[in-house]
Amino acid sequence: MADRKLRVLIAKPGLDGHDRGAKVVARALRDAGMEVIYTGIRQTPEMIAEAALQEDVDVVGLSILSGAHMELFPRVINALKERDIDPGEVLLFAGGIIPDADIEPLKQMGFRAIFGPGTSTEDVVRFVREWDAARQNGAK
Amino acid sequence: MSEVDALVERMREGNRRALSRILTLIENDTPDGRRALAALYPRSGRAHTVGLTGSAGSGKSTLVGALARELRRRGKTLGIVAIDPTSPFSQGALLGDRIRMQDLTSDPQVFLRSMATRGNLGGLAPATAGLVTALDAFGKDVVLVETVGAGQDEVEVAAMADTTVVVLTPGSGDDVQAMKAGIMEIADVLVVNKRDLPNADLLARQLQSIVDAAPGERRTPIVRTSSALGEGIDELADALEAHRDYVSQPAVRERHREAQARHQVLALARQMLLARVVADHSGDGKLEELVARVARREIDPHSAADALIAG
Repeated sequence: MADRKLRVLIAKPGLDGHDRGAKVVARALRDAGMEVIYTGIRQTPEMIAEAALQEDVDVVGLSILSGAHMELFPRVINALKERDIDPGEVLLFAGGIIPDADIEPLKQMGFRAIFGPGTSTEDVVRFVREWDAARQNGAK
Repeated sequence: MSEVDALVERMREGNRRALSRILTLIENDTPDGRRALAALYPRSGRAHTVGLTGSAGSGKSTLVGALARELRRRGKTLGIVAIDPTSPFSQGALLGDRIRMQDLTSDPQVFLRSMATRGNLGGLAPATAGLVTALDAFGKDVVLVETVGAGQDEVEVAAMADTTVVVLTPGSGDDVQAMKAGIMEIADVLVVNKRDLPNADLLARQLQSIVDAAPGERRTPIVRTSSALGEGIDELADALEAHRDYVSQPAVRERHREAQARHQVLALARQMLLARVVADHSGDGKLEELVARVARREIDPHSAADALIAG
């Protein structure tokens, strides 16, 4: 029996050094039985896309508090595309301090959920699981 | 051409995305993964495979990072497999080895893959050897494997790697541990890491006396390093290259590879037999019944295992 595991990349692009939120989410997903690759702070878009490529992850979660998301997130998407990774095939989500006005443009870009402060980790876990279940059904 | 054959083809053309997909298939032990591995195996055997083991906190990740930088300076292309434990409670894992190798991860000549142990007890994950084969067949000059540091995992690492490096640190009773765990028989290179700590020289001398007393033609070198300060890393790279030259001698190489092949075949056979026994009894309650009887001391564990295998 093949042991299929969801592999998740949790990354922090840009220069803010506060990774409590990213670590809490990483732990929650780990405790939900997923394999979570955590890359640490101050990642460039290229480093994030490289990690996604080398680790062949199903899910990429970005955490950002600096306000540079409209600058950095498109660059992450481009870096993924440059590496032959279709942003539609991986589950992209983001969390952190992101103004409401930016949510719609980010969803247009390919981010399927934006989690703000106060989000319960259970919501994040459920969101990833539901996406995975839908993907499984779609494949059949 | 099947999808997996196409992937193997693309990987052979140097496509890293295809390599990564194949690593996943092998790790998940799917039929496609086995097919890919069968196709890649004959093309492997050219890389210098190096296993690094040592107890948790001995500085393996940082050492692997420093060593990888030195090997890149020497122009080597690298595959790295870094293993972290799977939680026995959630079956999930937090894989954090990239944190200590950040600067390496944007170098296209370095391919770093994190792996969880997925229930394997030996310090390696079940598919580690398969991943090493794929990185080797991809054309990497050196493949480094960093184990989880379970303590007794050295035999499995040695069965997979050309060169086994055992990392010890001063002040952790490691010299006695080293003798207990049979590390002397397994280590091709001994590293005393954190050499800036007190007692590092003492540990190195103790190890030297053990090495001197050991039988055999080859004296295991002892390298003192500080991976955090980047000291002793060039000596370590030299020691690895010297050992690679040693195992490249035809007679040594043949013996080494045969022993590895024997271990791998038997380990896989054991794994498959266990999977078969478990599959045979999935849902018939026999295992649970036997377990309960053993727990009540009605039968002994050997007889129960016998009964389980007999059907």
